[in-house]
Amino acid sequence: MASNFSIKHQPGFTAIAATCFVVLYLPIAVLVIYAFNAASSTSEWGGFSLRWFQSAYQNTQVIDATLRSFQIGSIAAVLSTIFATMAALATTRTASYPGLTFKYAAINQPLMVPEIVTGVALLIFFSRIKIFTGYSGLGYLIAAHTAFCIPFAYLPIRARLENMDLTLERAAADLYATPWKTFRRITLPLLWPGILAGLMLAFVISLDDVVITEFVKSGGQDTLPTYMLGQIRRGITPEINAISTAFLLLSVAIVTLFFFVSRKRD
Amino acid sequence: MPDKPDRNAIEVVNVSKIFGSGEGQVAALDRVSVSIRENEFFTLLGPSGCGKTTLLRLIAGFDFPTAGEILLYGQDIAPLPPFKRPVNTVFQSYALFPHMTVADNIGFGLEMLGKPKAEIKARVAEMLKLVKMEALAGRRTGQISGGQQQRVALARALAPQPKVLLLDEPLSALDYKLRKEMQIELKRLQHETGITFIFVTHDQEEALTMSDRIAVMSSGKILQVGSPWDIYDKPADRFVADFIGETNFLTAAISGIGNGKARATLKSGTTIEATVAEGFQPKDNATVVVRPEHAKLTKDKGELSGMVDNIVYFGTDTHIHVQLDSGEAFTVRQQNTRSAGCGFERGDKVGIMIGNDAAQVLRD
Repeated sequence: MASNFSIKHQPGFTAIAATCFVVLYLPIAVLVIYAFNAASSTSEWGGFSLRWFQSAYQNTQVIDATLRSFQIGSIAAVLSTIFATMAALATTRTASYPGLTFKYAAINQPLMVPEIVTGVALLIFFSRIKIFTGYSGLGYLIAAHTAFCIPFAYLPIRARLENMDLTLERAAADLYATPWKTFRRITLPLLWPGILAGLMLAFVISLDDVVITEFVKSGGQDTLPTYMLGQIRRGITPEINAISTAFLLLSVAIVTLFFFVSRKRD
Repeated sequence: MPDKPDRNAIEVVNVSKIFGSGEGQVAALDRVSVSIRENEFFTLLGPSGCGKTTLLRLIAGFDFPTAGEILLYGQDIAPLPPFKRPVNTVFQSYALFPHMTVADNIGFGLEMLGKPKAEIKARVAEMLKLVKMEALAGRRTGQISGGQQQRVALARALAPQPKVLLLDEPLSALDYKLRKEMQIELKRLQHETGITFIFVTHDQEEALTMSDRIAVMSSGKILQVGSPWDIYDKPADRFVADFIGETNFLTAAISGIGNGKARATLKSGTTIEATVAEGFQPKDNATVVVRPEHAKLTKDKGELSGMVDNIVYFGTDTHIHVQLDSGEAFTVRQQNTRSAGCGFERGDKVGIMIGNDAAQVLRD
């Protein structure tokens, strides 16, 4: 039946696909279900309850870590998006030249270098600065998060710029717009969906980071993920499930928003 | 000579544009000089890659010449960026701003010039009326048809009252009927606004019907500048004759040159009189050109003889392709009448009569 051949109907494809989905989503489903467990176990069901959400909400350490995560995440997202926008403009609004590919690679470096390496390097680098300046605030975490968020913000912005018709900017210049006015009136409004997408992506990536944060943070600078990691070492209660579930909801909300924002403007 | 000489809007003086460097360098324009008069509909015509768009981009300021000057009413504008030149462009792709309404697009140039709001509003209304788009002023540019976008692009470029309007193959994206309409529309707009138009096209028919003067370009050089009539009836060389309209080329032995005329002995042995372009001294052998509509097919003897090879019907006329006895091909264009066919059939033995003054000797 050569005429009916279709790559979609190879034997075993359905089974492999199903397995992948199960492995991906079943553990998350279990985690979410046990967040509503009335008992103190993460494996034995003791009836439905919201007590762990309440307990997490009343746990000042959780609230502190959450607020810190949001603070670092929002500042890092804004900064990295600004840098990424500038980088994207500089690497797309130019004729190709030797070394441009190298610059792409350098900008996207955090995607390729193992996080643990960056973490260790930053730990050593920042500790020197800490000794030298005496400053040990959140600045280090914000700087680190900004750095590794740049490539994530850069990718959607660059994609948007590359799809933009260059003649539009030329037309604006032809109609007496200076380069700055062309940027503000033409490039920026058309680039906006890409910038928003980059901003949200950077925020989610920052919120989620464990490895680099673990190395860079000083005492009392836990973010939500590193706090959760610390709690698990001491033993798991469904409170962790409750926090994870709230975290999951937030991420899904942001990604959904991201999806609609980037689709609506096209 | 007229006592009031025409003013030149644009003078291109010895302009070269070289892309790339070293071994791979290409001269897109090679020491081009041309003057474009005030209020003129001037066309740059040539095949793709001939340098016509490069020249337009240099006048607009999107690129800078490697050498030479571009004068706008006597002032060298070659080093100025596009936003400092009182010259506007209608782009091939229209390049309308998708996040703005039709009215905002048209008003953009005036806004950038810092004109007062009331003046912009009045001028936009005037432009909308000029291109008959009043009803769609509030639409986004993605919500209007190709022909309407074309009108908006024109209005947008005309609104700041540029000294020169540049048009980069603006009709190429339109279908045949709309293109014909826009050709007439463009002529009307040029007449009403009195602005100098520089129009780039590869479509010779478009160039002939619309232009006051045409510059034919090839390989970065201007081959001939003249009125449509000049270009068509007195082509400077073989390339121009071949590019503009259809032409028959015949090899001939030349003798008795004098008074702008020469005697050309064709391969068939017949000798005809042919015009020689000014300043051209043909050698013994040269190319003689005859336009298909300047020859007549007959069943009797003519200057040439051959056999009908193919007949192509075009509605208004019929093209009859003849294989000459000398082996060369020759096309005759014959006006159609409603009642009768063309009177010939494939395989007919025919003669071709070449009218007085129809043949020209051209530079290769």
